[in-house]
Amino acid sequence: MSNSVEQSLIDLAQYIKSYTELSVQDYAVVKGELSIETTRDGVHKLLVFLRDDQRCLFKQLTDVCGVDYLDREERFEVVYHLVSLVHNVRLRIKLSTDENTPVPTVSDVYSSANWAEREVWDMYGVMFSDHPDHRRILTDYGFDGHPQRKDFPLTGYVELRYDEDEKRVVYEPVKLTQDYRVFDNLSPWEGGANTPLPGDEKSSVRPHAPENGYVPSNPIDGVEGAK
Amino acid sequence: MPNSTLNNAVEMDKETQIRPYTMNFGPQHPAAHGVLRLVLEMDGEIVERADPHIGLLHRGTEKLIEYKTYMQALPYFDRLDYVCPMNQEHAFALATEKLLGITVPERGQYIRVLFCELGRILSHILNITTFALDVGAITPALWGFEEREKGMEFYDRACGARLHANYFRPGGVSQDIPDGLLDDMMAWTETFPETLGDLDTLLSDNRIFKQRTVDIGTVSKEDALDLGFTGPMLRGSGVAWDLRKSQPYDVYDKMEFDVPVGKTGDCYARYLIRMEEMRQSLKIMQQCIRNMPKGAVKVDDYKISPPPRVEMKRSMEAMIHHFKLFSEGYHVPAGETYTAVEAPKGEFGVYLISDGTNRPYRCRVRAPGFYHLAALDSMSRGHMLADAVTVIGSMDIVFGEIDR
Repeated sequence: MSNSVEQSLIDLAQYIKSYTELSVQDYAVVKGELSIETTRDGVHKLLVFLRDDQRCLFKQLTDVCGVDYLDREERFEVVYHLVSLVHNVRLRIKLSTDENTPVPTVSDVYSSANWAEREVWDMYGVMFSDHPDHRRILTDYGFDGHPQRKDFPLTGYVELRYDEDEKRVVYEPVKLTQDYRVFDNLSPWEGGANTPLPGDEKSSVRPHAPENGYVPSNPIDGVEGAK
Repeated sequence: MPNSTLNNAVEMDKETQIRPYTMNFGPQHPAAHGVLRLVLEMDGEIVERADPHIGLLHRGTEKLIEYKTYMQALPYFDRLDYVCPMNQEHAFALATEKLLGITVPERGQYIRVLFCELGRILSHILNITTFALDVGAITPALWGFEEREKGMEFYDRACGARLHANYFRPGGVSQDIPDGLLDDMMAWTETFPETLGDLDTLLSDNRIFKQRTVDIGTVSKEDALDLGFTGPMLRGSGVAWDLRKSQPYDVYDKMEFDVPVGKTGDCYARYLIRMEEMRQSLKIMQQCIRNMPKGAVKVDDYKISPPPRVEMKRSMEAMIHHFKLFSEGYHVPAGETYTAVEAPKGEFGVYLISDGTNRPYRCRVRAPGFYHLAALDSMSRGHMLADAVTVIGSMDIVFGEIDR
């Protein structure tokens, strides 16, 4: 990516940031892509500005999606992707939230946000206040939980099958004949000597395990997705 | 007036009042183009509200990708829009390449563009012919699918699979195309316009087809942008926007082609655009075949692309590379990117977040059909039930990508 493109993105970001009432927290230009951080309270106003301002004219909201960072205090990030056809620029807007605090909807600014926000709600459980149609969208009717959260197991909790006796589809807790195995295959020679690897816990916790009545644990216990 | 007559009149009023009728359309209906369940609130035969229930084909692709290495994640993209698999692979390959900071050798880029345009034709044939089927014309489907089969044979010859190609890889394509394929493709690009002309004569001036499509599902320029339309849906409404032109990737900047733009924003305009896009795609394919350079098809870095089989038998190092690639995969530097391609149906984007390990931390798939279907309510409102079918047909929806 040439420097002039990056410079023009930085100029744009500084221009947006110069409007102090827009609560732009931070911005970054990485690999020719501009991302702006904002807050829950500021996002609505910011998007209206970006849509209507002559230097921005981001007339299209391409996408809204969620990201789950389990270790953060506010674990969810909601990411908006905008595109300006007039200026041929893309822009990414991020804000963070948690399970309980709703994000104001932007579906009155961009209609395309309607379904996208429903999907974020469905997949991550991020609430959107004043959303006109706050229902689940992709998961099954009566589904419990938010499957794309990092602490949701890959196998899920419920399975369904056709029951020949009852002559209908029945829901049951997931039963796996074999544990779902996740191999991360990270090799010890990448990333230095201190990289924790699956199996390390056996030697460090109980060095003389067998005499202490050590029972070999399933090496993937505790790995996400193992159930 | 006697009291009973008055009462009767009131009751008659109640009787004749038509209550809004809720109709369930799908999920198994040929015009639903897959597993769309549509709950329609009807006033007689007029659609008052359309509420699409999607997710019946939801497989959790984005979640699954978080548990796979980058190489294992790629085949999931074939299964999104299974009508033009390589176009989706392209988006993921480009996104990964951007994070890795690698450039694909020129021949690899040409092959990718060539097969992307073939994919566009495959997708448009399927859409136009099934769209025609929805509005009552059977012949286009019979004629079009023969050509579609020929196109998929080219897929087959390049990668060994008709549908789930797994051909584009971060760093290039998995293998070089076999001898003679380019000649056969060139020959096909010369005969295919004949079929295209046949479709044209069957549909473009067909009175019934025009009665069913003209002025149906009209979307204005502003609405199309607001609703997140991309691809032929956006261009049909008169917005000249094509990522192959505005944000070119691979060798699209070296290609000469026109972008058809509609005027009316109705179903007929979208049909015409897809017809013209096929002709333009043929032009791009011919340019690719003519100008395709010799050389490597994938990056010469065994940390990213597997070494050739022959070398594996002789060289220990190649063997180790191969083993590491197919067990551990490669590590992608931490970072994030949103990379989009102009897929046949519109902007197909991948928002990829890497945390520096061998698996994506998050891989968001932006499917064009998702946003198009979201607009079904506003597009079909006030139309007849049969027109709702036309609108669905003109949207070119495939549930693989909408439900993910």
